[in-house]
Parts: sequence; structure tokens; C-alpha cells
Amino acid sequence: MVVRALKDEGVEHIYGYPGGSVLHLYDALFQQEDVKHVLVRHEQAATHMADAYARATGKAGVALVTSGPGATNAVTGIATAYMDSIPMVVITGQVMSHLIGEDAFQETDMVGISRPVVKHNFSVQRPEEIPTIIKKAFHIAQTGRPGPVVVDIPKDMTTPTDRFEYEYPKNVKLRSYNPVSRGHSGQIKKAMDLFLGAKRPVILAGGGVVIGHASEELRELVNLVNVPTTNTLMALGALAGRDKHNLGMLGMHGSYEANMAMHHADVILNIGARFDDRVTNGTDKFCPTAKIIHVDIDPASISKTIRADIPIVGPAKNVLEEMLSILKASKKQLDAEAMKSWWEQIDEWRGRHGGRYRTDDSELMKPQQVIEMLDTITNGDAYVCSDVGQHQMYAAQYYKFNHPNRWINSGGLGTMGFGLPAAMGVKMNFPDADVACVTGEGSIQMNIQELSTCSQYDIPVKIICLNNQSLGMVRQWQDMNYESRHSQSYMKSLPDFVKLAESYGHVGMKVDKYSDLEGAMREAFAMKDRLVFMDIAVDPYEHVYPMQVPRGAMRDMWLSKTERT
Amino acid sequence: MRHIISVLLENEPGALSRVVGLFSQRNFNIESLTVAPTDDETLSRLTVTTIGDDRVVEQITKQLNKLIDVVKVVDLTEGEHIERELMMIKLKANNGTVRAEIKRTSDIFRGQIIDATQNTFTVQLVGSSSKLDAFIEALSGASILEVVRSGVSGVARGEKVLSL
Ligand SMILES: Cc1ncc(C[n+]2csc(CCOP(=O)(O)OP(=O)(O)O)c2C)c(N)n1
Ligand SMILES: [Mg+2]
Repeated sequence: MVVRALKDEGVEHIYGYPGGSVLHLYDALFQQEDVKHVLVRHEQAATHMADAYARATGKAGVALVTSGPGATNAVTGIATAYMDSIPMVVITGQVMSHLIGEDAFQETDMVGISRPVVKHNFSVQRPEEIPTIIKKAFHIAQTGRPGPVVVDIPKDMTTPTDRFEYEYPKNVKLRSYNPVSRGHSGQIKKAMDLFLGAKRPVILAGGGVVIGHASEELRELVNLVNVPTTNTLMALGALAGRDKHNLGMLGMHGSYEANMAMHHADVILNIGARFDDRVTNGTDKFCPTAKIIHVDIDPASISKTIRADIPIVGPAKNVLEEMLSILKASKKQLDAEAMKSWWEQIDEWRGRHGGRYRTDDSELMKPQQVIEMLDTITNGDAYVCSDVGQHQMYAAQYYKFNHPNRWINSGGLGTMGFGLPAAMGVKMNFPDADVACVTGEGSIQMNIQELSTCSQYDIPVKIICLNNQSLGMVRQWQDMNYESRHSQSYMKSLPDFVKLAESYGHVGMKVDKYSDLEGAMREAFAMKDRLVFMDIAVDPYEHVYPMQVPRGAMRDMWLSKTERT
Repeated sequence: MRHIISVLLENEPGALSRVVGLFSQRNFNIESLTVAPTDDETLSRLTVTTIGDDRVVEQITKQLNKLIDVVKVVDLTEGEHIERELMMIKLKANNGTVRAEIKRTSDIFRGQIIDATQNTFTVQLVGSSSKLDAFIEALSGASILEVVRSGVSGVARGEKVLSL
């Protein structure tokens, strides 16, 4: 019944790992061909694969794990999806219903454990509710502000000899769940009035634009009003990376120009960003002269950290459409003189830093150079699935995405180990696309066992490992805040990644010199049907800049090891 | 400021733990909590009293509204409302003067003695939380053995109702 419901929901792939409580389900999977199962090597990877599929396609990914340890292994992946509002349905096995509460073998209270990190969860009480619960799970996961939903199914609910009338509901209605479908027109008008009166406007795009499929509308708006635009870590590619309006990412490791523009703005139009602490820096000093228009599908995200002057609750796409039609019909326009001098100011800021980094202070190549090479070779069109650390920030800063939904990273939870399974989830569903996993020697080892899954299913992702022989991001903080006491941020006994990759049947490459990088990377991407692990030695002393000064204003930044604003 | 928030909740297993979990997860405080089914057996009515500034209370109501099992939320303290709490208090009452004194005080507060033994009185009192506090204060001379309070229930004054 579960498998049939998944098929009726249109699910093609599920990612999972078997165990006692889900054996009935695995037997049902065996006897059909519509729903294909991918066997991972650790349940965390199953959830990240499902999650990345959702990030790339907008449709809910599905993972299936057994009770107890299978379920707890999935929790990190569920929390990762939750923090980034990613639609996902995770089916967890549970011990037989008469054993629940007795500390039975492989029993954990998954409904309880997952509660703070899911949008909702269900526990199946009667087998005949399964189709409706699965339908509800997908409905809740994919509508409104998306999120993961857990469906916990005791083993006796899936006993194959018990037969029931099966009907998959076309629709579900929940009286207590009615996500908004459009913004308040009066508020949108008011917002546009304020916006057109601005002299130093900034548009801020957040993950809601990407998840809400509103990039086209955003691009149209930006071009129509010619306003400088920045984006959060979650919205890379919403506006093309090379677009002249694009100031790049803002926040802790945002660009100088983006953070300066925010600080001096008089009106900020925030679409789908939740003003989290990595974006705002000290909230009491945040953008002192700005009036704030905040569009978000989740009312609880508005005025949570930064008070909005004009709140608009609604989906990014619809609200942007409405804004566009108001602007197109409006006689009023932005003050051309003011905009001219605002752009002059912005260009001056751009000239001041503009993502420069030194290449003359180390024998080894710089991590930034690797990302710039990746950008050149893949033409800004690749899916870049990142792990967490310095390499993630370099990728965010230096890869210029042409398209939305191609930057796949754990922004909210910051889960090391996300990158490889994420790249696998994307590559399986977009076999013709270039899919890179940008990672560090620390992060990759958190889910390295998935190289085995890649062999089994022929998943030819390219692993770009920026090997700085240290937990670079931790080390950077220790350099800056703990007088370079590098407590446990250095890894001894790294494996020979080339041999390791080869032992799984993949291609390994080691690159030590910048002069070898281009050739090697081109060769790697030319091997369309092979997984290539590029172990690239980069300068271990490099830091990510700009970096905001903790609890300061947006404009308070370190620009290099020696320069401060 | 103290707020009384009333919630209509699906009467489903796990619904209450979602509400309680939300409060601890987001560091919201709970002064008191009451919950029971309504005339519609598919719905429970939950009342929570909490202390927080406007921003916190706004977050509490918004986050409650986001829970799938929550049907409706209202902050009763935003308007005219009535709040009631029930208390049963057991006191040592082992001689005539003490017994007379307790009787007198509970009459003033319109309490009722609902149980009596040779050595104890149990007084029941209904009212606002501050009235119950005042009663306990007034009995400070007596020796209190046990205090049981129900937590606050509330309802808006006049025509306003919280229903489907
Ligand atoms: C699961 C997990 N544990 C710990 C951390 C804390 N953390 C953030 S970045 C980082 C270092 C990552 O090292 P590496 O993958 O080598 O990347 P680098 O910063 O060196 O580029 C650590 C330990 C985390 N984000 N996730
Ligand atoms: Mg590293």
C-alpha cells in the first residue's frame, strides 16, 4: 500500500536502507519496477540525496529507513532539510504497534525525536489510513513554506497478508492548514509606493525566491527598475552571477559592496530571506537608515529578528508578479538623479575590494583560484553541491551561477557531509548535467562511504576537494579569535584520496600546482561517465574574506588579514 | 507583560506535545497550561499563560499558528476577557480558633470548604490568578499542607467567540 501510494504520487526514486521494521516494504519494492530504490551506505546520505533532488527540482524527495538506528541516522538529514525549508518525505519503520513503549528491539520514538526538526509528522495507527497519510505528507511538505515530513509506520501496518480497499486521494484538505496563495494587494501597493520613493534602494533575494520558482520574476523586476541586488547564501543564481545589478552575497562572508549597499540603503526590498544572524550581523546596528519591505510566505519569519515596516505575507512568485504589474502601470518612477549617484557609489565600492585575494604569499595555489577555474570550465552552468567550511564560502563567492536551483548547500544547519550525497541525488536525476561536489578533506570524510553507492549506480559526479589539510573554517576562527591556538583543527593521517577513489573503482587525481589545474580539471569533466575525485592541494593559511566583525553593523568587515573597514 | 493565549487544537495524539515542545524549543515561557476537549470532540481547547514583550508574544502566536494541528489562536489579553482558575488548598485546622479563622477568610474570598477532617480543611476557590494569590497571602498565618491549582482558562467578553 505504501509503495503503491508512492507510485501514485509520481515518485520515481527513493533513497534508503533496509532493516527489520521495513522488510515488508522492501519486499513490495522488489515486486515492482515503477519506484526505483537507491541503496545508500548510511541513512544520512539517503536523506541528503532526497533533499538535493528536491532542491534541484522543487519536488519532494523521498527517503526510506528502518526503525531505531536507521531513523536516528536520518535525523541530521531531516534537520538539514528543515533549516533550509526543503520538501521531503521520510518514511521510517517502527516496531509493531503492540510493542511500542516497551523499549522493544530497535524502538525509538521517532515522532518525538523528529518533532522539532520537521514541518509535521505522522504515526500510522491503522493500515487503511496509509494512502491518505502519504497524500497529506506530500501536500504538507510541498506547499506553503516547504519542509520535511516524517511518516512513522509500525511494521504490522504493512503486513502483506492484510488486504484493504485502496484508493489514493486526489486532494486532501486540512482544516487547520491553509497556506497563503497570494499577498495582500493593499500592502503590495504601499510597498511599491515606498520603493519608488527611494533614493538608495537595494533588493535582497533569499531562498524563498529559489524555492518559490520566482527567479524569472525577480530578474524582470531587477531589470525594470535597475536597482542593485544582493542575495543570501540560499539564493545564489536567483539573479545571474554575472548580471551587472548583482552585488553578490551579503552577510558574514558577503561582498564588500553588498554589505556597504545594505548599510547605506534607504529602502530594502527583501523577498524571501529570513534575516538570520549570518545575514544581519548585530541586529541593533542593522541598516540604520533603511525602511524595510519584507515579503515572506511564512508570517513567523517577518519581524522575527528585524522589524518590517511593510510586511507582506505571500509566495514570492505571486507577490513579484503583482509588484511588476503595479510598476509597469505606474507613472511614478525612481528618481533618476538619485539612482545615478547611488550607482556611482556602488561602483566605487565595487572597485575597492571586488573579491580580490593574494596569490603571492604562498607556494601552493589558492582555493579561490580553483573555484574560478571550475566556474570557467563549466561556464557557470554546473550544479555545485557543497559541503561546509571555507570551501563552501569560496564556492559561494567565486562561482557565478547562471541559473537558480544549481547551488545546492546546507546553509541553515551547516551539515558537513552533505556535499557528496547531495551531488549524487542531483546527478541521478540530471544525468547529462555537470555536477560538482565542492568539498574539503574534513567534510568529504563524513560521508565518504558513498563512493561505494556511486560505483553501484554509476553516478559520475566530480569531487573537487580543496585539501588544506585542516578544518579550515575552524582554524580561521582560531586564528582570529584564539591567537592561532589550533585546537583540534588539524588532521593527521589523511588518506591517499587518489588510491581511495581507485579502490572504489573511480578515477583519482592529485593536483599540487596551479599550472596543472586547468588541464586536470578539463580532463575530469571530459570523462562524462566516470566519477573523478580531484584532490587539490591549496594554501592552508588562507582565510575567507570579507568577514564581518561580530555583532557589528553590516559595514563592519575585515577585508584581509590586515585591513578593516 | 502577561498574556493569555487560547488555542483550538485538533484532538489528536501528539498534538499537545507539539505545542509544549514548541515552547521549550523556542525558549518561550509557560506560566500555566490547561487543556481539555470541547463540545466538538474533534477539538481541544488549550489555554496557556505566558510572559513576554510584544515581539515574543507575536512570535508565540505566529509559531503556534504554523503547527499543523493548531486550528485557531487568539491572544485573549488583546481584548476584554474573563479569566478563571480553580484552586483547592488543604490547610491544617486542628483547633477551634484556626478553624474559625480559615472559615472567615474563605468567606471573604467566597471560597467553599469542600472537605473537612478533624485536623484539616480543604478550601475550594475560583477566580482570577491574582485573587488566588491574594487568598494564599491572606492565609499566611495558617499552615498550608497542599495547594492544587488548575491553571488559567479564559474566554473573551461579549459576542466574540473562538470556534471553527
Ligand atoms: C557535522 C559537522 N560537524 C562540525 C561542524 C563545524 N565545522 C564547520 S566548518 C568545519 C571545518 C570543515 O573542514 P573542511 O571540510 O576540511 O573544510 P575547510 O573549511 O577546510 O574548507 C567544521 C568542523 C559542522 N559544520 N558540521
Ligand atoms: Mg579542509
